[in-house]
Amino acid sequence: MFLLRILKGDRGGQLFLLVLLLVLIAVPLLNGLPADHPAHVSTYTVTLLGKYLTYALLAVAVDLVWGYLGILSLGHAAFFALGGYAMGMYLMRQIGERGVYGNPELPDFMVFLNWQELPWFWYGFDQFWFAALMVFLAPGILAFVFGWLAFRSRVTGVYLSIITQALTYALMLAFFRNEMGFGGNNGLTDFKEILGFSLQSDSTRIGLFIASGVALAVGYLICRALVRSRLGRVAMAIRDAENRTRFVGYRVENVKLAIFTFSAMLAGLAGALYVPQVGIINPGEFAPLNSIEVVIWVAMGGRATLYGAVLGAVGVNYAKTWFTGAFPEFWLFALGGLFVLVTLLLPRGIAGLFRRRGDSA
Amino acid sequence: MSMVQEFFRRDRVFDIMVPKVVEGLDLSHGTVLYMEDVSVAFDGFKAINELNFYVNAGELRCLIGPNGAGKTTMMDIITGKTRPDNGACWFGSRMNLLQMSEPEIAQAGIGRKFQQPTVFEHHSVFENLELSMAGPKGVWPTLRARIGASQRARIDEVLELIGLVEDAQRQAGALSHGQKQWLEIGMLLMQNPLLLLVDEPAAGMTHQEMERTVELLTSLAGEHSVVVVEHDMDFVRALNSRVTVLHQGSVLAEGSMDQVQSDPKVVEVYLGE
Repeated sequence: MFLLRILKGDRGGQLFLLVLLLVLIAVPLLNGLPADHPAHVSTYTVTLLGKYLTYALLAVAVDLVWGYLGILSLGHAAFFALGGYAMGMYLMRQIGERGVYGNPELPDFMVFLNWQELPWFWYGFDQFWFAALMVFLAPGILAFVFGWLAFRSRVTGVYLSIITQALTYALMLAFFRNEMGFGGNNGLTDFKEILGFSLQSDSTRIGLFIASGVALAVGYLICRALVRSRLGRVAMAIRDAENRTRFVGYRVENVKLAIFTFSAMLAGLAGALYVPQVGIINPGEFAPLNSIEVVIWVAMGGRATLYGAVLGAVGVNYAKTWFTGAFPEFWLFALGGLFVLVTLLLPRGIAGLFRRRGDSA
Repeated sequence: MSMVQEFFRRDRVFDIMVPKVVEGLDLSHGTVLYMEDVSVAFDGFKAINELNFYVNAGELRCLIGPNGAGKTTMMDIITGKTRPDNGACWFGSRMNLLQMSEPEIAQAGIGRKFQQPTVFEHHSVFENLELSMAGPKGVWPTLRARIGASQRARIDEVLELIGLVEDAQRQAGALSHGQKQWLEIGMLLMQNPLLLLVDEPAAGMTHQEMERTVELLTSLAGEHSVVVVEHDMDFVRALNSRVTVLHQGSVLAEGSMDQVQSDPKVVEVYLGE
C-alpha cells in the first residue's frame, strides 16, 4: 500500500524498480549455471554490476540535492569515500592475525610504520554495528557541519560548488598523509572477510551484489517519498525562488541542511557497499574529478527524476568499462563528447526522452 | 568614565533585556507598524534617512515617490532583508522586527509581494498556495504534512478570491503576468498576515485586471493592514486611501491623494525645478 502511494504517477520509477528486481533475481541464477553455458554470468560481472549499483545510489543522492534542492554539490564523492573508509576500517580489523605481519591488533600499515598501539579513532571498528553506524555518522556529521556553516552564511550557486570541491580536495590531501592513520596513499586493502564470510567466495559476492541492489531500491524509495512530501515541494521552491520561500516563512537553511545531510549519509552507504566489492579504498576516491563525474552521470541521465540518475550512472559506467577495455586513451574524449551531445540535444537527459511533454519536476 | 556613567543611567534599557518575540501581537494602541528615526546607508548613499512611518491596524496605505526614494529599501527593512544603521522598527507595540529573521517575521504575520512577481514556477497554482499556507514550517512538520479538508477549503476560497479556480492545476510558470501578480497576492493571503506589503501590484496589468486588483486590495483592508507601493497614479487614485510620499529616504508629505497632489513640495519633486 505504502509502496503504491509513493510510486503513484512515477512511471519511470516503477519501471526502474521492476527492472532492478528482475536483475537481482536473474543475475544470481545465471551465475549458478555451469561456466561453459552461453547465458552464464561470471562472478567478475556480478561484482562489476554490484559496483554500478553503488554508483547509482551515489548518483541518486546527488540528484536529490542538485535536481530537487538546487545545490550543485561537487564534493559528494567525499561522503562516498568517508562511508567507504568506515567500512574499510571494519574490514581491516577483521583481518586480524592473517595480515603479513601477523599482528592481531594492528593493521599491517601501522606495524610497518612502527606504531605501538591502535589510534583512538580505530576503536570500535572491530564491531560491525559500530562501523555500520559510522558509515552514516561520519559523512553525516561532516555534511552537517559544512552545511551549517555554508547555508547559514547564505553561500549559494557556483561559490558553494567551489567550496565543495575544496572540501573533497582538502580531505584527499589529508588522507594521503601517513600520520592521519588511514593507510596513507595505499589506503586500506587486502581485506579477508565480512561478517565471517570470505570476500573471495562467489556467494559473498552475490550477497554484496544483492545488498547493493536492495540499498539502491530502498534509497530510491526514501528519496521518492521525500520528494513527494510537502518538504520536497519546499525544496523545489527553494531551488526555483529561494528568497520567496524565505518570505513565505520557511527557514531555508534548515531545509537545505536536513536534505544535504541525508543525501551525504546515502552517499556514505553507497561507499560502504562499494569498498568490499572492489576490495580497496584509498585517497584517490576523494579526487575532485570523481565528484564531477557523478554530476555528469546525473546530467546525462536526467536531472530531477531520480531514476534518470540511476540510468546515467549505470550507462556511463558501462560505457567506461567497455571503452577503457577497448580504447583506453579515448575514454575521456568519449565522456566529454557524450556530455556535450546530451547537453545540446537532450537538455533533460536520457530520462527526458521518456517523459511526456509539459510534465515536469 | 563616561562609559561607566552610561552604564548607571536609570532610564537605560539594555538590548539583551528587550524581548525578541512576544507571543501574540499587541495592537492595543491601534498601530500595526512603527518605524522611527530609521536610517540606512549603502556605501555612503543614504537610501533611508531618519524615516518615521506608522501604519494603523486595518488601514490601506499607498506609498508613492520617485525612483530611488527608498520605497523598496523600506520594505526590505520591515521584512528583515536589510538591517538599518539606526532607528527602531516595531510590529504592534511589542515585536522588535530588527531582532527577527525573515522567516520569523513572515511567521509573525507580515507578508510581502515583490516588485517582480515571484511565484514557484514549477509548481501548480494549487501547490503554490499550499506551500504558503500558515502553519508550522519546520523541517519535520513539513515532511509529515498532509493537507486537511479545512485547509483545502481555505485554498479553494483564496483561489476564488484571486480568480484562478480554473487554473488551479496549471503550472504557475505558464500563467500570464497579471495572473502571477494575483497568485502572489493569494500566496500572501494564505499566510494569513496582519500586514501586507504589496510592491507594484498593477505592473503589467490590463485595465480590467487593474480594476479587479483595486477591488481585491480594498476588500482586504479592514481585516488586514495593507501597504501598497505603486507608480501608476490612476491606480493609486482608484484605491482612494491615505497616501504617503517618500523622497530621498524620508516622508515628504502625507494625506489624501488630492491634498498630496496639491502640495507644492510634491509637485516640485515630481516635476523638477
